[in-house]
Amino acid sequence: MIVLGVETSCDETAVSIVKDGKEVLANIVYSQIAIHQEFGGVIPEVASRHHVLKITYVLEAALKKANLEAKDIDLVAVTSTPGLIGSLMVGVNAAKAFALANEIEYIEVNHLIGHIYANYIEKDFVFPLLALVVSGGHTELVLMKDHYQFEILGQTLDDAVGEAYDKVGRVLDLPYPAGKPLDDLALMGDATYNLPYVYLDKDSYNFSFSGLKSAVLNLVNSTKQKGEAINKANLAASFQNSVVSVLVSKTIKAALEYKVKQIIVAGGVAANKGLRAKLKEAVSKIPNLELTFPKFEYCTDNAAMIAVAGYFKYKLQVK
Amino acid sequence: MEELVIKSLEETKALGLKLGKLAFPNMMIVLEGDLGAGKTTFSQAIALGLDVKEIVNSPTFVIMKTYQGRLPLYHIDAYRLSKSSEDEYLEEYFDQGGVVIIEWGKNIEYLLPKEYLLISIKDLGLEKRKFELIAFGKKYQELLDEVLK
Repeated sequence: MIVLGVETSCDETAVSIVKDGKEVLANIVYSQIAIHQEFGGVIPEVASRHHVLKITYVLEAALKKANLEAKDIDLVAVTSTPGLIGSLMVGVNAAKAFALANEIEYIEVNHLIGHIYANYIEKDFVFPLLALVVSGGHTELVLMKDHYQFEILGQTLDDAVGEAYDKVGRVLDLPYPAGKPLDDLALMGDATYNLPYVYLDKDSYNFSFSGLKSAVLNLVNSTKQKGEAINKANLAASFQNSVVSVLVSKTIKAALEYKVKQIIVAGGVAANKGLRAKLKEAVSKIPNLELTFPKFEYCTDNAAMIAVAGYFKYKLQVK
Repeated sequence: MEELVIKSLEETKALGLKLGKLAFPNMMIVLEGDLGAGKTTFSQAIALGLDVKEIVNSPTFVIMKTYQGRLPLYHIDAYRLSKSSEDEYLEEYFDQGGVVIIEWGKNIEYLLPKEYLLISIKDLGLEKRKFELIAFGKKYQELLDEVLK
């Protein structure tokens, strides 16, 4: 079954074509076309959330890349929530029109579920499974007892992890998005600064990163006032250590409590080397527990994950 | 302009809660303040006053989150926006009968209507905060008088 996925919920305008939920035949994100120019022609510079100006380019580029025609597509899957209504509607309308014009089945997918299914491209799921979804907009621990069954165990009460990285990155004068530069910087330093580890209640799977962000700001300001210099690498390492310790500790606790067989990490922060290393180390001490990360291009917003989620939703006839 | 110095997180929350309880359809609150000043915390208190039961967390990355309380709540964060990011679509939410909270409103000043309540929060250390409240328009002056009663 060949599924065409469409994603326009936030900044990215993306279309992918995936075979049987596994084999990615095309994965086009508008920002990449602009960079590579591999499809020829002039690509206009437009504001990031003006999906309507980009969607047809991206759709055509995906079909061309996969060397397919509309008639070869069996299902169209599109992100319908959550996100900006105006942005989502562009994707939904484009997907509906394409499906209707070519008499193809059509299905709507939740963006968060898409992030989780990005891992399926890499590895089959073993249930029960625990998903740690960490990105600029999300921080969630989700339990899955089977395909398309989700229970949110915890989420952030304030800032998302990726957002905390971006905001702390700004204070450290790092470029936006700051996830990768901060991660790189952290690997060069030592966690010498005293920053809070926010666990909330002992039994809670919720997260809070706003207090940690404020602690970093206060530390930077008070150091400046004293006329001292901040060791940026050490501060980055200290911040990363606080974030990763809490993420790993709650993930492992949930994995043990719900006796899961697989942990998957999803979202842009899944690319973080500090998180990967610490989670790998923790998981290696637990027998019969698998750990999966998606490839980098499927960590950040993309449409391949939507195509895979749509494939399962359709196959299982989820309402 | 009114100025309030608030000494604890509880007081900050009480002020937000009161504002939420007094909220009317199409009310707009614009929040200013540096990173860590407490704009999201204050927004959460307004949401509580509006009887929103869900977790209200930061909308920075997604630009806007919508909640259902006594009135709908449109929680917008313009941190990542500027005039050149062309976000006119946000105006559609300003007159839907809900309550609109905009963090970092200065970034989209060109979109703001004539009347709203501007609240600037300044961090004075620990939980101490200075609130500057400016009412634009008669409706908001009345609201401000009521909040400070």
